[in-house]
Amino acid sequence: MAPATVDALVATLDEHVKSGERAQVISGGTDLLVQMRSIDKTPRTIVDIKKLAETNRCEIGADEIYIGAAVSSALMNENAELRKLLPGLLEAADLIGSTQIQGRATIGGNLCNASPAGDSIPAMIAVGAVCDIASSAGQRSLPVEEFVVGVGRNALAPGEVLLGLKIPMPGARQSSAYLRFIPRTEMDIAVAGCGVDLTLDEKGVCTAARVAIGAVAPTALLVPAAADALIGTSLDDAAIHAAGEACTAAASPISDKRGTVEYRKKVVAVLARRAAAIAKQRALGA
Amino acid sequence: MSKMHVTSRINGESREFLCDPNQTLLDVLRDELGLTGTKEGCSTGDCGACSVLVDGRLVCSCLVLAAEAQDKLVETIEGIAGDELHPIQQQFLEHAALQCGICTPGFIVATKALLDKNPDPDEKTIRYWLAGNLCRCTGYDKIIRAVQDAAKDLAHPA
Repeated sequence: MAPATVDALVATLDEHVKSGERAQVISGGTDLLVQMRSIDKTPRTIVDIKKLAETNRCEIGADEIYIGAAVSSALMNENAELRKLLPGLLEAADLIGSTQIQGRATIGGNLCNASPAGDSIPAMIAVGAVCDIASSAGQRSLPVEEFVVGVGRNALAPGEVLLGLKIPMPGARQSSAYLRFIPRTEMDIAVAGCGVDLTLDEKGVCTAARVAIGAVAPTALLVPAAADALIGTSLDDAAIHAAGEACTAAASPISDKRGTVEYRKKVVAVLARRAAAIAKQRALGA
Repeated sequence: MSKMHVTSRINGESREFLCDPNQTLLDVLRDELGLTGTKEGCSTGDCGACSVLVDGRLVCSCLVLAAEAQDKLVETIEGIAGDELHPIQQQFLEHAALQCGICTPGFIVATKALLDKNPDPDEKTIRYWLAGNLCRCTGYDKIIRAVQDAAKDLAHPA
């Protein structure tokens, strides 16, 4: 099914909630089709959200940027203004999968899939993205850091759907960066990741910061202690080091084939320091 | 499960087909429409053998539901050559940029998408663009050289 309006979409989802028949939303399908074929073969109605005007919005407004849940990574990355405004989020989206995957994959889908290692999630948290969620009861907003509630689990109630992401317009001397570590150069799943968003004043003092880490806990985490280590400083080495240590302290990773607990905790600090340095350079316009 | 009726424009021709709601575009191309040039490799979007263009966008057809192709423009390997081989195909032959050939249609479709977008890519750009196309025979260098020479041929037709 491919509803053409939000009303028709939420009505379809509601009917399935009432009848008890399973329905699942498809956007880019790059996770869903793989899961349908191998992990969870239960029959379900697939509801395509790509026909809606709302989910296809990719708009830079006066004080808010809106990225619809059907906007592919490729489309986002072709938008030069968006690349300039949200470099951290776009570089995160650009790390996910191949050219072919990016032609279909969306950051909305990456978020709903709720993998601990989803690269766009810490990047979205860093820039303060808020989920725009619709249901037959109306629309509600939820910060991205509250949207993922566990490994592969999100905060959508039955009958709810993510329409898009609202991101506050970055101000002057505000910029962002995202880094992840993988053992190869391309096409891999993060061992650890870190997104940083910084705002500086005219003198180069950090006035606001958000730091988020990925792949080192069941969900991506906002790390307020890391932001606190940066705010009020000129982002000198000591402050950046302290932010890294705060990320290590906040991390509660698992050991698996990609890395051990100790390794991930160490690497996330390195990524935080480097991402903060990049965000600082970008905020300075350098 | 009832079949869905889908109309798409495939390689410039209007085509209609019936598909199951969970059938992929790859399965329909190969099994319903007889377009077996598009290959099935991994079926999980990792290998790129099933690469096609949908509305000009390079995608893995194993990760597209056939029903999503309604009203879309689909281009497959069968649409690349005219009366003669396309310069990309010719250069893959000249450079022996294939051995078993399973990955080749995907590489050629992906290369065409790259050169349509960026007629003069550097080697790094080519390697990153084609990172989603796996070849277990050639070691990639011959493929990269074929793409570079195809770009030259397309820029300066003989």
